[in-house]
Amino acid sequence: MSDRPGLEHVQVTVNGKLFERDVEPRLHLGDFLRHELKLTGTHIGCEHGVCGACTVIFNDAPVRSCLMFAGQANGARITTVEGLARADGQLHPVQEAFRNRHALQCGFCTPGMLMTIVAFLSESPTADEVDIRDAISGNICRCTGYETIVDAALDAGRVLRGEA
Amino acid sequence: MGARYFGAEVRRVEDPKLITGQGHYLDDLQIPGVLHAAFVRSSHAHARIRAIDTSGASKMAGVIAVLTAADFGEQGGKMMPHMVPVAAVKQPLNYQPLADREVCHVGVPIAVVIAESRSIAEDAAAIVDVDFELLPAIIDWRKALDPDAPRAHSGAPDNLVAGLHGRFGAVEDVFAKAPHVFAETFETHRGGCHSMECRGVAAALAPFGGELNVWSSTQAPHMVRRLIAEHLGRDEQTVRVIAPDVGGGFGPKCSLYPEEIVIPLAAIKLQRSVKWVEDRTEHFLSTTQQRDQAWELEVAADNSGRLLGVRGRCVHDNGAYVPYGLVAAVTSLSAFPGPYALEAVDVKVDVVFTNLVPNTPVRGAGRPTACFVLERLADRVARELSLDPADVRRRSFVRKEQFPYSTGMKARDGSPVSYDSGDYHACLEAVLERGGSDFLERQKIALDRRRYLGRGIASYIEDTGLAPFEGATVRVQPSGKIVIQTGAASQGQGHATIFSQICADAVGVTIEDIVVEAGDTGTFPLGIGAIASRTAVTAGSSVHQASVAVRDKAIKVASEILEAAEADLVLEDGVVRVAGSDAQVTLGQLAFRLNGMSGIPMFSGIKPGLEATAFYEARKSTFASGTHLAEVEVDVETGRVEIRRYVVGHDCGRLINPMLVDGQVRGGVVHGIGNALFERMIHDENGQPVTTNYADYLLPTAPEVPRIEIIHFESASPLNPIGVKGAGEGGTIPAAACIISAIENAIAPFNVRLTEHPISPARLRQLIKAATISGETAPIAREEAIMACSIGVKRTV
Repeated sequence: MSDRPGLEHVQVTVNGKLFERDVEPRLHLGDFLRHELKLTGTHIGCEHGVCGACTVIFNDAPVRSCLMFAGQANGARITTVEGLARADGQLHPVQEAFRNRHALQCGFCTPGMLMTIVAFLSESPTADEVDIRDAISGNICRCTGYETIVDAALDAGRVLRGEA
Repeated sequence: MGARYFGAEVRRVEDPKLITGQGHYLDDLQIPGVLHAAFVRSSHAHARIRAIDTSGASKMAGVIAVLTAADFGEQGGKMMPHMVPVAAVKQPLNYQPLADREVCHVGVPIAVVIAESRSIAEDAAAIVDVDFELLPAIIDWRKALDPDAPRAHSGAPDNLVAGLHGRFGAVEDVFAKAPHVFAETFETHRGGCHSMECRGVAAALAPFGGELNVWSSTQAPHMVRRLIAEHLGRDEQTVRVIAPDVGGGFGPKCSLYPEEIVIPLAAIKLQRSVKWVEDRTEHFLSTTQQRDQAWELEVAADNSGRLLGVRGRCVHDNGAYVPYGLVAAVTSLSAFPGPYALEAVDVKVDVVFTNLVPNTPVRGAGRPTACFVLERLADRVARELSLDPADVRRRSFVRKEQFPYSTGMKARDGSPVSYDSGDYHACLEAVLERGGSDFLERQKIALDRRRYLGRGIASYIEDTGLAPFEGATVRVQPSGKIVIQTGAASQGQGHATIFSQICADAVGVTIEDIVVEAGDTGTFPLGIGAIASRTAVTAGSSVHQASVAVRDKAIKVASEILEAAEADLVLEDGVVRVAGSDAQVTLGQLAFRLNGMSGIPMFSGIKPGLEATAFYEARKSTFASGTHLAEVEVDVETGRVEIRRYVVGHDCGRLINPMLVDGQVRGGVVHGIGNALFERMIHDENGQPVTTNYADYLLPTAPEVPRIEIIHFESASPLNPIGVKGAGEGGTIPAAACIISAIENAIAPFNVRLTEHPISPARLRQLIKAATISGETAPIAREEAIMACSIGVKRTV
């Protein structure tokens, strides 16, 4: 608990950096990342856990940050889209593949897609198209029709396996 | 001009920021001291407002103000201006920024709470007490013109928004003499836009001078500026509207919304910055949609299956207000006669008020539903005459040698509609060839195993590059970097990339030397909007024209500086060289010189600045076209439809960036798949929206969506200098027609005619069951029926 009445104390590592904040219990993790930490790369699309735009990697698993309270993240390790590229600016293979394959248009769903695919490929680097379509079935993209996102994930899988 | 970038699959210049979380969408803008807004909305479809009690909400800690129409004087309660005012609208009723008398659909804004945080604003909004007197509501648009129908607006003489009529040819004669006339009724539904970013508006007053800055997640910042200025009684010069990164638009972000007036009004009243971001529930309740149409049509055909004429009527659900003219209905009418050289058309569209959220264009506007009915009629003719549906198209299409082809219809400005170029037959044949000749065989084998495969085709045309214009300034800076400024905003299409491609080739620079500033009324004076598949045509042509002018100017000045004939100069990679010598000058140096130095006169006859501005005026639309082919399998026990294959033949003129066009086509097709199978915005009989989340309103997700195979044709448009046509909506237009055609073909043994979309598994089961005699679920295959509906198998032309 926070020393301040009605607030919760949250200590969380985001993209390798430790943050501490006192927050309202009802603040969800997505709003916490965006408005408290100013990490606005994580987007809020539906706030009912269906569109997947707000997906972040939470202790190695992809989670919808709109469905979790910031208070529940106490002690957790979180990666957001801002933490995907290396410090020297080199893009993660999934980011690189997204650009090469035109896997984004408006870019609003993209952070959630990226985080979902990064988490999925780290578990299943040999995933095929059916696996990937299933993995992103909880992420809605209105622009691309998904095909180039699938292609990007397949490309990135090859890179992560050291085949490309 | 070299073609180094034009036509190449150049990676997007927009992407680096968007894949690293550095985009700036509306809710990402960090506006110092900003307050947050939440709206109190109507909970009834039709009601009179007796009283609004804001006292409890006003007292909550953190609430700055609770504002109603009365707090803004005349500007709070007067009707908002129309985006496209047209004389055909008999009752041009629009929103008040905040309703204080009558609400005409669920979701109409009544009050706004301004607070220190969004959550406080929402808490307070929940306890604003509105005393409603319920009024009878018209929800069933099919009954809206009944004499005793409730009026959507109390006191209105009737529910007619407008009666549209398109007619050409000797209609009665054609139908009287036609050997075949078939009648059919259809019901069509599009749903919402569901951009993944909802709408949003922020307003701030500039610290000095009081200029009103408005950020809006809009497709049309200049239109929004015009209407804010008009409503607020300000000069446009004192209003700046900026569309930041916009997370998808698909049509409904091009309408003026009450929130775009209320948030600026609140900022002015409170002298504070205010922001509102729509949540997804509000999106379902208040963002415009494109809902239902009911069609009663007849088609006339000759004995060969050639289509001769179409006549009939459509009732079009307009919803409660007319914020954006009649575009959805007009484009349904102007989509006739489609790709067909018809002798006669006579179609009336009655646009009617209902107590539902307004109907404005969603990707494709009124075209997908008009395409649906036309293509279903073409299939009907094939079916009745036992013809290959492809033959009906082959015999009815406008032929290549007929371009430019005047259809007989009139455009929105009253001028004759003329198709500029295309090759509809070649596109059809290519799609059929890609679809394969073994389909009938596979279909038969599958049927022996009680599996139901079907194939459908649908063809379309699309008027793109809508009038009147977009403009662009191309300016070389002393650094050598070029900035392109345009009014044409973007919602993810990749405009900055294609503008850069066009400019880089036309000027003679590398694409890395170009930046694009778009969608800000403060940097470019005029703009219309990213709608109607028009930006590549209008803004793209403007960028081309301005770039050519910049190049010409650079060559002219370099000729003076280098003391060489213009013909001997070569401009490449930003450097003007004298052919065969070492003499050169960079574009940056030329810009530096042309930006002027005190005391040094300009070159004679050369105006300051290495820049040019051009406005490409689209006087006529340029027509894209194509044919789609879908192969589906229907599980007749469950009604589930699997799309096994999808082939697109697509002709949008010259391709600026094939990769981006493919992206537009694929996204468009998948939107159409949603319209065929998933997306239905349902309201109950009281006008309460029932499908207000993504568990109830289904959008296509990755597992349901097939790969989309695309074959490009490039019939250059003769109407613009770069030969392009719009590509934003062609993917969507025929997709629902194509998939429904394939489903009907798959279940041909059950003799079911499909005349509606979307079709859910439950509805499909219902139709199959109703058609199956005495409850038999797997009747004997009727090969004749299948033969009659199998496409592209036998060529009899």
